[in-house]
Amino acid sequence: MLILGIESATQQVGCALGGHEGVLASAHSARGRRHAETIAPQIQFVTRQARIELRDVGCVAVDLGPGLYTGLRVGISSAMAVAYALAVPMIGVSSLDLLAFAVRHTNRLIVAAIDARRSELFYAFYRQVPGGIQRVSEAQVGTPDDLASELLATSEEVLLVGDGARRYSEVFDRLQKTEIAEQDLAHPSAASLVQLAHARALREEFVKPWELKPIYLRVPDADINWNTR
Amino acid sequence: MTALETPQEAPAIVLGIDTPPHTPAIVLGIETSCDETAAAVVSGPSAVLSSVISSQVDLHARYGGVVPEIASRAHVELLTPVVAQAVIEAGLSDHDVEAVAATSGPGLIGSLLVGVSAAKSLALVWDVPFVAVNHLEAHLYSSFLEEPDLELPVVVLLVSGGHTLLVLMEAFGRYRLIGQTLDDAAGEAFDKVARFMDLGYPGGPVIDRLAMTGNPEAVAFPRPMYDDGYDFSFSGLKTAVVNHVRNNPDLDVPDIAASFQEAVVDVLIHKARKAAEQYEAKGLCLAGGVAANSSLRERLLDACVAAGISGFLPSRSMCTDNAAMVAAAGWQRLQLDGPSPLDTGADPNLPLPFMRSGEPAA
Ligand SMILES: [Zn+2]
Repeated sequence: MLILGIESATQQVGCALGGHEGVLASAHSARGRRHAETIAPQIQFVTRQARIELRDVGCVAVDLGPGLYTGLRVGISSAMAVAYALAVPMIGVSSLDLLAFAVRHTNRLIVAAIDARRSELFYAFYRQVPGGIQRVSEAQVGTPDDLASELLATSEEVLLVGDGARRYSEVFDRLQKTEIAEQDLAHPSAASLVQLAHARALREEFVKPWELKPIYLRVPDADINWNTR
Repeated sequence: MTALETPQEAPAIVLGIDTPPHTPAIVLGIETSCDETAAAVVSGPSAVLSSVISSQVDLHARYGGVVPEIASRAHVELLTPVVAQAVIEAGLSDHDVEAVAATSGPGLIGSLLVGVSAAKSLALVWDVPFVAVNHLEAHLYSSFLEEPDLELPVVVLLVSGGHTLLVLMEAFGRYRLIGQTLDDAAGEAFDKVARFMDLGYPGGPVIDRLAMTGNPEAVAFPRPMYDDGYDFSFSGLKTAVVNHVRNNPDLDVPDIAASFQEAVVDVLIHKARKAAEQYEAKGLCLAGGVAANSSLRERLLDACVAAGISGFLPSRSMCTDNAAMVAAAGWQRLQLDGPSPLDTGADPNLPLPFMRSGEPAA
């Protein structure tokens, strides 16, 4: 089954196409955060590069967050519309799962941490298991210091991954036995999304487009905007 | 195999042949600029095949105004079912949609982006044109959906929670800005007065209802800029109401509502009628959420009779934000400009493309 993956939870935005042969084509852009302008042309690009027609796509996978809300919603509403228009099912994957999946080949405790703005992080803990990774904590929102004190309490070696870990590296560099993964791995990737979704597609873990729920982890700010109505 | 076999990857570009472009008739419209999630299907410029609106007003009521983050979250959840319902109610299958239009501004940026992103994806998958629509331009077309034979030029009084505009519509796509608000929009004044008086949200319908049993002459509130050009200002009027209520806490609430509403409507009608006369318009139309106000509707028709021009009031559901007007404006924009590119974004402050005052009339 061909899977189209759309990922826009951080400053990076990407699309990928793949299936049992692996990832056939992918595109990403890390500049400017103009996700809404970028996604439709990226979908067009990856379908051409993979030499397939959009109607051959059998499932649409999307990053559900947590992440930066506006960009996240652009990806999710694009993905829902593609799935609805193609009449195919969807698979939603957490952005933190995608980050951790990319560094799964380690025995250390994996911490995926995305920049949540307002001096906070979205983060969750993972462990390698046969064939992949397993999340071992709830995804949560907290300050870098909150996370650092959780890490201080463990005696394990830790691998931090994500743009949040890199942004607050000075907080984590002070900890013993802690390493921060490189910049190339700092954003969830659409290619990882397609790979993870493929495994789930084999288990038929599909949802309908209107059943997808973005992962926000924060209640909305109730500021009223009088001027832009 | 011959040596001259056409390469498989040859680009399908044919030069020099002028085939008349097929004009898409069936347009799916999407509207998510504020707190209504809406989708509609029109055929041609004015036949509405379906119009589905999911209002979020209850979600925002407890805050006394539209909360952008709550609106954006609701749009993501509601849009796909609303689009699906619009397509089904129109009696179409997906493959019958010939173009997809979406509001790209002005409005709340996070909300606009949900609709624009979905619309571009639909257009891409169905392989039909996408067209970005200006929300204000869409409002200008709402009258034509119900009265396709309206004669141009018309003056449109566009009054909503976000906008107060007097526009001369000379032709489709040719608009002249006559006047606009210098501060609060008319609907905003209703919301703020209602909020101050603890009447609930949205303010327009509550004040309209209370005003029916009140005396519009109970308090002589100011008529700001009444004889001062075509621009509006409602901030001072709102402050006058607030001060009056503070100083006279025992006043009858329906009287205040009626007197405030009368002041707003007086100014709107006076300027709209004056504009229609000065620009020799054949008619006067209302548009926007405040156009649902009973007093404004009644007085506009009276003014048209007095001026000897035709007046048109769109139904209440066509006044408030809807996607049929977006689809209709999209159809017009496709004829005028063709499709919008797939890298189109949204612009929270998108201006209406007005002609400059020096340009000759059509
Ligand atoms: Zn509107």
